Amino acid sequence: MTATAAPTAGLPAWMERLLSQLPPAQGPLAAVQERGRVALAALPVPSRRQEEWRFTDLSLLTALAADGLETDLLEDPAARPDLPPAAAGAVRLVLDGRRDPLAGVSLPPGLSALAPTELAQALGHTLAATGCEHHWPVELNHAAASQVLALRVASRHSVTLELVSAAGTGLLPLRLLLILEEKAQLEISQSLSAASAGLSSLVLEAHLGRGARLHHGLVALGRSEAALLAHLALEQEPESAASLVVASAGWGLARVEPRIRQVDGTARTTLRGLQLVDGRQIADTHSHVLFSGPEGELDQLHKAVASGCGRSVFNGAVRVPREAQRTNAAQLSRSLLLSDRARIDSKPELEIVADDVKCAHGATVSSLQTDELFYLQSRGIGSEQAAGLLKRAFCEEVLRELPPAARAWCSFDRLLAASGAAEVSG
Amino acid sequence: MIRPDAPVLLEIRDLHARVEDKAILKGVNLTLRAGEIHAVMGRNGSGKSTLSKVLAGHPAYTVTAGSVTYRGQNLLELDPEQRARIGVFLGFQYPVEIPGVSNLEFLRVATNARRAEQGLEELDTFAFEDLVRERLAVVQMDPAFLDRSVNEGFSGGEKKRNEILQMALLEPLVAILDETDSGLDIDALRIVAGGVNQLANPDNATLLITHYQRLLDAITPDYVHVMAAGRILRTGGKELALELEQRGYDWVDQELAALEASCERAPVEVA
Repeated sequence: MTATAAPTAGLPAWMERLLSQLPPAQGPLAAVQERGRVALAALPVPSRRQEEWRFTDLSLLTALAADGLETDLLEDPAARPDLPPAAAGAVRLVLDGRRDPLAGVSLPPGLSALAPTELAQALGHTLAATGCEHHWPVELNHAAASQVLALRVASRHSVTLELVSAAGTGLLPLRLLLILEEKAQLEISQSLSAASAGLSSLVLEAHLGRGARLHHGLVALGRSEAALLAHLALEQEPESAASLVVASAGWGLARVEPRIRQVDGTARTTLRGLQLVDGRQIADTHSHVLFSGPEGELDQLHKAVASGCGRSVFNGAVRVPREAQRTNAAQLSRSLLLSDRARIDSKPELEIVADDVKCAHGATVSSLQTDELFYLQSRGIGSEQAAGLLKRAFCEEVLRELPPAARAWCSFDRLLAASGAAEVSG
Repeated sequence: MIRPDAPVLLEIRDLHARVEDKAILKGVNLTLRAGEIHAVMGRNGSGKSTLSKVLAGHPAYTVTAGSVTYRGQNLLELDPEQRARIGVFLGFQYPVEIPGVSNLEFLRVATNARRAEQGLEELDTFAFEDLVRERLAVVQMDPAFLDRSVNEGFSGGEKKRNEILQMALLEPLVAILDETDSGLDIDALRIVAGGVNQLANPDNATLLITHYQRLLDAITPDYVHVMAAGRILRTGGKELALELEQRGYDWVDQELAALEASCERAPVEVA
């Protein structure tokens, strides 16, 4: 069968153009870039014929950056008037995809940059361990990223980081590698926003040593002509705890893939996701959690609010192989469908081989609850305001679990504005 | 307090209503004057709760005939929020839990909606906190409940106290309290009833919907109405409640059967 005028027909051409326009491989990631470009040339662009991309149309990408895929460099990337100054005791780093984010920054005790040999050894390890090799969004990031933020948190130290990025037109590739030594603690608030039509590509790898704690909050506020592709890969040693909270709104296309592996069980993973779609936006979360040992725990809540003609996709894979006895996993997907033209696809995907496990899952799709609306109205609160309060409440359940700085960046009002206002703002 | 010359606050005339395809109210007549406390009693399924929900404007109920006039205004044409703003309050039998909406914010937004209708200035966060702390005393409620989500994780008694707290803040002219006594232990009943008594005054009216006499030991009604099969079957003074308590509802069934037999011929006005 020949590929005829499918909606994605322009994507291979777009891909070729992107590859031809990338600057020569350079910097600490030159070898990775070279490999990524080779891989990308050989990999077909995902299409809706693939199960993994069945609901997610990438054709928005072809509209991006017709006049070149170079990212605009913001004049003063540290000046983000929309964000308050860094919290006391926190280190704020600006990631623009091109400059060394650590240049001129003094790191606090316990936090250090990886040496080149360590980087060469560690980079890609967690991606491989979590099954992300040959994922198209990852190879795209490999091909384009010339900078990497590679940090180590020393054993028993506690560090708070703020990472901020603003995507302009073109491609913004962000690559992060975090190593948490035994009992290290790291809290990251990460803000990723889009100022114009562009593609933000984020690949994060984190390795949590025994007893380490990671709390990562990603606030991604886009716009309808911008796209986000994110892979968040975590490898957890026993007794570690990872909490990953992602709030996104406003992207024409957002695909977020949390990929977790508990390498020897007895770790705890908390996943929280909130995605808002309006207009013709698509938000897709594909999470994947693999328990490679016994007595692991997962607590996952994914929420979506779909308005307009928006489309929300959630696919939550949980793999419990034979060695993962006494796993305790709970996954819940809750979606608000606020328009009869919006669409929600939610799919738990549990693969359980071990026989002594607790794996709960649930999915609900509903509109606002009539009884709750009536209760508020019966107290004099107008129907629109009542609906607003209920939507806020629905979202707050996830937002309140963001780390404090990210929480301050992502009020419900900002989230809502990003979700809907992107349609009308110029 | 019965004053024949007191202004009529709520006038219900031949009210019929249904939920889905089921007719529940079949001709309710009731007049509430300022200063009066009315009790509506009746078995489960007699239509008591439906009456309260219809008055508050619940979207699941459809009025098929009759009228409800509140201070000269057609209540039935107003949205639920508008009814609340002009002073009609429904205390819920099962107050709804709303996770994620702060009780304090909810109370403030509701109070300000009512105040705006009354031409009063909006209360800012600080002024409202002062007011709400003062009104908490009406139901002896712990201020800690203000910081929680609306009714989330509240015990039955706490939910009912929260209802009366809302009533204390909104200062309605007509308060309809739907089985406010259900799920309350003796102490909670005393506190909630005390709150209702404190809030009753010569300018407002209260409609208590209840199964049991025990609420009426704590709140003395001026009128007691017995409801059955979607109608008010009999009206009397507080002694009617005592009679019900002693005789049970069986005689109601007999009266109802007699009434329905006569209804085959002509509608009967029950006073």
